[in-house]
Amino acid sequence: MANVKRSPWLLHYDGSSCNGCDIEVLASLTPVYDAERFGVINTGDPMQADIFLITGGVNTQNAKTVKQLYDQMPRPKVVVAVGVCACTGGVFKDCYNILGGADTVIPVDIYVPGCAARPQAIIDGIVQAVELFEKRSKEHDEKVRSQKKGSEVA
Amino acid sequence: MGKRSVIPFGPQHPVLPEPIHIDLVIEDEKVVEAIPSVGFIHRGLESLVDKRDYNQMTYVVERTCGICSFQHGMGYCEAMEHVFGVDVPARAKYLRTIWAELGRMHSHLLWLGLLADGFGYENLFYQCWRVREKVLDMQEMTSGGRLIFSVNKVGGVIKDIEKEKLDIILKTMDEVEEELTVIKDTFLLDYSVQSRLQGVGIVTKEQAHDLGCAGPFARASGIRTDMRKLGYAAYPDLDFEPIISATGDSYARCYCRIMEIFQSIDLIRQAIGKIPNETDLFTPVKGNPDGEYFMRVEQPRGEAVYYVKASGKQYLDRFRVRTPTFANLPGLCEMLKNTQLSDVGLLVLTIDPCISCTER
Repeated sequence: MANVKRSPWLLHYDGSSCNGCDIEVLASLTPVYDAERFGVINTGDPMQADIFLITGGVNTQNAKTVKQLYDQMPRPKVVVAVGVCACTGGVFKDCYNILGGADTVIPVDIYVPGCAARPQAIIDGIVQAVELFEKRSKEHDEKVRSQKKGSEVA
Repeated sequence: MGKRSVIPFGPQHPVLPEPIHIDLVIEDEKVVEAIPSVGFIHRGLESLVDKRDYNQMTYVVERTCGICSFQHGMGYCEAMEHVFGVDVPARAKYLRTIWAELGRMHSHLLWLGLLADGFGYENLFYQCWRVREKVLDMQEMTSGGRLIFSVNKVGGVIKDIEKEKLDIILKTMDEVEEELTVIKDTFLLDYSVQSRLQGVGIVTKEQAHDLGCAGPFARASGIRTDMRKLGYAAYPDLDFEPIISATGDSYARCYCRIMEIFQSIDLIRQAIGKIPNETDLFTPVKGNPDGEYFMRVEQPRGEAVYYVKASGKQYLDRFRVRTPTFANLPGLCEMLKNTQLSDVGLLVLTIDPCISCTER
């Protein structure tokens, strides 16, 4: 945590959740729980986001939107599935329109359980995501550096 | 006539955490037409009646919406109780009223916060959500869950609120009222807020009636509609009047919702004052349901309709919800016409949209 060089920005998208997890995500960003003390900030723009919080399962119509939002985010990126619906489909798993959890369309790194997920659990997920993001950006930097070196030699 | 172009709004948009897509046809900066497209959040919850029996459905119905979760469960259970023809113990009715009003308070405070964020008052947004946390603490203390607390069951409720906890609720209501009185002045008297809200997005009484608007949206346009007056739960014993405003603009909607929070505080005080001392919390139901019923409940966002149909089997034949936002969407599209593009985000917020209810 101590060596995070820049503040990772959060993008939140409501898949097909019941709103319960959504407002808990928002509540965990307000001063009572204050996830922003870990250096994250909420953004509405996928192109500036590093951590993708998705609530709710994926259905036939929003699968394309979720995929598009994920693709628009720059590398490195981390995906957090918040709530049991985003993890597996939850109580709506048997519904005809639900394809499953968020991991049916995009790779998910961290799963936050709960129905609705409590702010404490969401913050725990965000902190883990920040750590993972730090690790990934280091790897990414090294990769870019070695590629640059390679091109200089050539 | 200027050049026409189309601007897509949503499904992912900074002002609204919920996925609705609106195609805005604009002429210069003016919106000419708003065409909504839905389905981003449709789950097919009603079809689960084939797979879950009528008791398990209570938990599914509560997850129609996480904000008004308790009231969804209550509407469904009241409908099923009419099908079974059972009477709910009086204490359970009062407990339902207390929980329902707590739910209304947290929903309206949430909306006030989002509205403040919508017109750029971030500190006010945080203040509203800080007060809201106190209401959520009450829900957690009495039921164990912050938002979705499954305390309803067909026939009554499964948890009691003890005397000591009722006293704590009363004390918290005093605190909330005090803090809300301070916040209220910013919403209603601040010069910048007034100029942002007054006269914007007017829906007249005739329009609201013709388009079938519901809840605070209709009440702000001067229609006296409140399903609580139909007398479910303990509402017939409580003294209250629907809060209406005549102007029908964004300011009126804000005014109605703020006043409804004070009304909810008053209703909770009345309910706690009158709650009977009984040990029975539910009437046991026997056998399988047979018959159909149409139940109307006043949710934070307006009138919700529940239809259940059963034919002597463990599983229901049909379950249907019509939620308030569904009724308010035509009003929204009418309201968006001839407004400035920069007002659209705020105007969408003023109907308090709950898309996950709408699409179920």
